[in-house]
Amino acid sequence: MRSYFKAVGAVIWKDFRAEWRSRENLSAMLVFALLVILIFNFALELDLDTRASLSAGVLWTTFIFAGTIGLNRSLAVEKDRGCLDGLLLAPVDRSVIYFGKAVGNLLFMVVVEAIVLPVFSFLYGFNVFQPGFLGVVILGSIGYTAVGTLLSTMVVQARTRDILLPILLFPLTLPVVIAAVKASQGFFQNTPLAEFSVWINILVAYDLVFIAVAMMVFDYVLED
Amino acid sequence: MRSKPRLLIALDILSAVMILTAAGLVFFYAPVEKLMGAVQKVFYFHVATAWVGMLGFSAAALAGVFYLREGKERWDIVGVSAVEISLVFFLAAIVLGSIWARPIWNTWWTWDPRLTTAAIVELIYGAYMLLRSGVDDPDRRARFSAVYALFGFISVPLTFISIRLLRTIHPVVIGSAEAASQGGFNMDASMQITFFFSLAAFSIFFADLLWHRIRLGELNSAVETLRVETNQEGI
Repeated sequence: MRSYFKAVGAVIWKDFRAEWRSRENLSAMLVFALLVILIFNFALELDLDTRASLSAGVLWTTFIFAGTIGLNRSLAVEKDRGCLDGLLLAPVDRSVIYFGKAVGNLLFMVVVEAIVLPVFSFLYGFNVFQPGFLGVVILGSIGYTAVGTLLSTMVVQARTRDILLPILLFPLTLPVVIAAVKASQGFFQNTPLAEFSVWINILVAYDLVFIAVAMMVFDYVLED
Repeated sequence: MRSKPRLLIALDILSAVMILTAAGLVFFYAPVEKLMGAVQKVFYFHVATAWVGMLGFSAAALAGVFYLREGKERWDIVGVSAVEISLVFFLAAIVLGSIWARPIWNTWWTWDPRLTTAAIVELIYGAYMLLRSGVDDPDRRARFSAVYALFGFISVPLTFISIRLLRTIHPVVIGSAEAASQGGFNMDASMQITFFFSLAAFSIFFADLLWHRIRLGELNSAVETLRVETNQEGI
């Protein structure tokens, strides 16, 4: 079991080192996320009245869009530089590769969120530093990257890979978006936790179900 | 070349007769509902087409599981056949529902859980077809679509629950009395006969179409094999 976690850690560490040298992926995600917030600000005219009800949606749309960029790149880089073959040759269980890539993607998404959230808080005057809300952000990101990593592994092997990921991913992750938006709204508007805890349950259920299924089918989406 | 099986011809005739009979029952046998009038008759085919749609999507997920376990090309053909047919039927169900909703709810569309879930289901399986057309290698295409069909099938209930928690105005016709204010109604005996007959008719029609489509897929792959063989001999 320890060697299993060590192998997962090695895959994550590899991703981080590669990212640290180029910083392509993170900076693209980050700039894109900030631009989306900017566009929403003008498209929706986020004044004081509309802010309270809309900002959870704006925030999650931003995360989802930025996450797609990261997911698309994460596996495309492996494939183009021939690293995927190297990973497949490693004498480890295939699920190690899945968890390594998924956790790596999750961490990238969390890094972006960690920078976007203070900016968001600064621009719109929301207190985003509530433990419960940060938990929702993590839970939502887990569900999104769990499904996204699996799908992007498929997509990089397709001919139409540049356009396919969002088309496949968005309809499947809709429960995550709905639940995360509703739960975040609850925290933003200071509603009692009991009134929206059901959304957090949905997030947890989604995460567990899809991590389990993705782990089972990951073997089949890799090249033999 | 295999000729068309006898049983399939019989099934063709049976489903044609049953669909026509169902239409006859809907128009001439089932009574006109008191509050809603003639537009309520859309209901019989609306539920039947939606049912067939769900049947096909479930069949596709099941075929996906079997494909991943056994790796036989046949299961892939079953999967894509079921999805293709169900996409059409499900769209028909949505359109029929809209026709009913216009006079009853006074709008073509609302963001009600069932309507929204139905739209997302169409999008998921539309994405499934796009995924298939984007992958050229048949074996890889089969594996990917099996995985995606499975994922779609699992996410749909979760989507439905999530949206249902918001609010619903869609009537629950079977098994709930409180729906009357939303356009629900109780069925009398002749309505029930028409309803279940339509359901049966469309199920048989679905089986017939599915068989045709699977046969088409198998012939297709046979042609492909022959083409590869003749090319090799030519060289």
